[in-house]
Amino acid sequence: MSAPALLDRSITDLAGALSRREVSSEEVTRAALARIEATDERLHAFLRVVPERAIASARGSDARRARGEVRSPLDGIPIGLKDIFLTKGVETTCGSRILAGFVPPFDATVVERLETSGAVVMGKLNMDEFAMGSSNENSAFGPCRNPWDLERTPGGSSGGSAASVAARQVFGALGTDTGGSIRQPASLCGVVGLKPTYGRVSRYGVVAFASSLDQVGPIARTVTDAAAMLGVIAGHDPRDQTSSLLPVPDYRAGIEEGARGLRIGVPREWLQGGSEAGVERRVREALAAYEAMGATLVDVELPHSRYGVAAYYLVAPAEASSNLARYDGVRFGLRAPARSLADMYGETRDQGFGAEPKRRIMLGTYALSAGYYDAYYLRAQKVRTLVRRDFDRAFERCDLVAGPVSPTVAFRLGEKVDDPLQMYLADVFTISCNLAALPGLSVPAGLHPESRLPVGLQLVGRPFDEATLLRAARALEREMGPSPAPEAIG
Amino acid sequence: MTREWQLVVGLEVHAQLLTRSKIFCGCPTTFGGEPNTHVCPVCLGMPGVLPALNRQVVEFAVRTGLALGCAIQEKSVFARKNYFYPDLPKGYQVSQYELPICVGGGVDLTLDGVERRVRLTRIHMEEDAGKNLHGVAADGSSGVDLNRAGVPLLEIVSEPDIRSIDEAVEYLKSLRAILMFLGVNDGNLEEGSFRCDANVSLMPVGSTVLGTRCELKNMNSFRFLRQAIEFEVRRQSEILEGGGRVVQETRLFDPQRGETRSMRSKEEAHDYRYFPEPDLPPVRVPAAWIEEVRRSLPELPRARAARYQRDLSLSAYDAGLLTADRETAEFFDASVRARGGGAESAKRIANLLTGEVARLANDAGAGTSRGKLTPEALAGVVRLTEAGTLGGPGIRQVLEELFRQGGDPAVVVASRGLAQVSDESAVEGACDAVLTAFPGEVERFRAGESKLLGFLVGQVMKGMKGKGNPAVVNAMLKRKLGA
Repeated sequence: MSAPALLDRSITDLAGALSRREVSSEEVTRAALARIEATDERLHAFLRVVPERAIASARGSDARRARGEVRSPLDGIPIGLKDIFLTKGVETTCGSRILAGFVPPFDATVVERLETSGAVVMGKLNMDEFAMGSSNENSAFGPCRNPWDLERTPGGSSGGSAASVAARQVFGALGTDTGGSIRQPASLCGVVGLKPTYGRVSRYGVVAFASSLDQVGPIARTVTDAAAMLGVIAGHDPRDQTSSLLPVPDYRAGIEEGARGLRIGVPREWLQGGSEAGVERRVREALAAYEAMGATLVDVELPHSRYGVAAYYLVAPAEASSNLARYDGVRFGLRAPARSLADMYGETRDQGFGAEPKRRIMLGTYALSAGYYDAYYLRAQKVRTLVRRDFDRAFERCDLVAGPVSPTVAFRLGEKVDDPLQMYLADVFTISCNLAALPGLSVPAGLHPESRLPVGLQLVGRPFDEATLLRAARALEREMGPSPAPEAIG
Repeated sequence: MTREWQLVVGLEVHAQLLTRSKIFCGCPTTFGGEPNTHVCPVCLGMPGVLPALNRQVVEFAVRTGLALGCAIQEKSVFARKNYFYPDLPKGYQVSQYELPICVGGGVDLTLDGVERRVRLTRIHMEEDAGKNLHGVAADGSSGVDLNRAGVPLLEIVSEPDIRSIDEAVEYLKSLRAILMFLGVNDGNLEEGSFRCDANVSLMPVGSTVLGTRCELKNMNSFRFLRQAIEFEVRRQSEILEGGGRVVQETRLFDPQRGETRSMRSKEEAHDYRYFPEPDLPPVRVPAAWIEEVRRSLPELPRARAARYQRDLSLSAYDAGLLTADRETAEFFDASVRARGGGAESAKRIANLLTGEVARLANDAGAGTSRGKLTPEALAGVVRLTEAGTLGGPGIRQVLEELFRQGGDPAVVVASRGLAQVSDESAVEGACDAVLTAFPGEVERFRAGESKLLGFLVGQVMKGMKGKGNPAVVNAMLKRKLGA
């Protein structure tokens, strides 16, 4: 059974239908709930569905609309949340056993903003534990699967978010991206994923992985939908002092302006055979399409991006080792029974954390240790500065940079689980953008010629210039026509 | 201390700031309260929370730094100090490390008439931890109270410039008085809002090479600080004299035994794995803000005491008493102003404030408060005294009334009939009556028993119900007795 046409619509379309009263939010929400019910046993995108809360929000939206009040383009639209976002009264696990049973007393700022704008929260989506992973296989509650091929991963860590959006369970979802965790699953599931500039969206109420890299962003089926979602969640939050005071533009305003006149930087380091041939082919075709639309391709160099993965795997684990220290079994989540306090800490952490968080806690603790700090953490921070300078230099000659998102299409479940280094390399193209705090976007660039699995094109922009990324992505989307729906999930 | 060893001390002070809310959240900083009632997700260290820096904390740090002559850093950076302890909810303390807000500066002391300066290394901002509570639950289990977690602290670190126990105590007292004057700290050692760790070492007299130090903790009074260092000097000198080596370690002072004992050695010391706090941007203190704070600084105790001695000819002792706390100093200044200046009046005001008024406050358990007495009223009392309207016992009664009820001293004097009688004819009548009533004593006085004058004066005063002006009574009696 394929998804009903209603669920196949974009947010923008559906908002129109809702305002014309062709359909109610409650009907849409019930259809989405039914779709989740019908598909999620196989997909496993959701860790928790909140039907009562969803129906109540949908009715609220319908009641407002009956009074002629519409709060935003998301009013009445079913949206999913990665389980990293704190939801008041709804268990939030971050994909980890150590947070099992944790029911937050408040909503994350972005959840508050979504609900205030009328969005209908459907539930909490599967993810790699503490957002550490690129395949969703690190979820303590079993992996989510790729709706294009259920034997493959949806990518990660926001795999549940991308899979759910692709499978037409929800119209959009929020994810987080620390090293590629929005863009890579979006690419592998054939949807649009945007990691905004660091500081564009509040991190308050988002379980921290690597605080200087984490950023919240939308995953949607169209570029315009992603723009609409970003408009709702972006902006300064006094509770997050790293959030920017810059005003939030209307991201949909110039989105149809096309690619003409854009200078697109093509980093030679990103197209040197580091990707599968089929991926590289689709990326080159997308670049050619831009040229055909009137954009100029410019060769640029990002010489330090080759150190990106190494620097990332020092900075991110270092911050994670500190961020994860609070999970001690005392105040929330899992508490393993034990005779002494020290044993309780040890047992709780041993049982509560999976292999990947443990690995990163150890890596990070080591990198910050006395005598190693300068050689590792400090050196890695210097690499960040160099990576950023590469981009600054590139942006003197171009408006945005384009390349692959992931070196491969969706890989098979189990294919890389035993080889963490291989898994880490899945983020080789996405990590620089986080290190440099820049906005990055993944937009569908067609299907792989042999495997018929989605390939994404990555666009990286100047700080706080999400608008240009969205405009360029929309131009390609229009050129390629609507992306097909995945068939494997039915 | 023995003859061979020179004591070297550096002090680290943790002072809780008197802000209304905590350093990174809106919870109140009030002391006490049922455990875990002044808490929120932020100071509980829940997943997903972020710190939002309280601007008042920065202002207090700048104020303190300026008062202590530090260089205020235009940019300073918070860092995470990582360690596991049950009272530390996040598993790290947000503090400052490589780039603190204040650098350098010092505290000037006078010790046995000698001027000394103890230099400061740095001052930084950080959050306090919670408190472990043992044996409070019915089942004997321990608990953690996080009311204090996130209360703002300044850590004030001195150079190892202190060379005697007296100097250590004097440094701590001076620093405490300055912080209290600035209104940034309440100076309460017992409740732990003003805490001190001491780094103590010995080196051979004449040496410039510092010995191995021990860090002493848990001294919550000046007396305990003294005891702890005394014990440590004995302990370390015994080790050194026995040819041994002092082991670098942290030692806990036990107030019951007056001893320090090993808490953890250098090998067991934490590796705090400091790194810049990614959740907080660097703290920027623009020059204009620093100047604004500088202009609002109060006159500090030493400068004030010097002024009292210079301009008002007060003794160093009185000047010290009056500048022991800001309330007293401000009250004194206001009273002198209300009286209209003059060293003589100032001396009288100082005597009343440090004498009678302090006694009244003490009896009432009012601390440094002065009840309902105002500086204007105190100035009025002095004015009445100087005019001869008020004398000893009257002053005491008026002050008591003003302390309890407030009001205008002239009105109190009039309504309670406390005015001194200086009228010659009234005094003369009373004197005559006494001379008549005690002919024997008059006889003996005239025969040379001059000390009987006091008795006769006393009798006159008694006859006048204590209201006679003693000077007038004295003069009158002497005249009548032909003395």
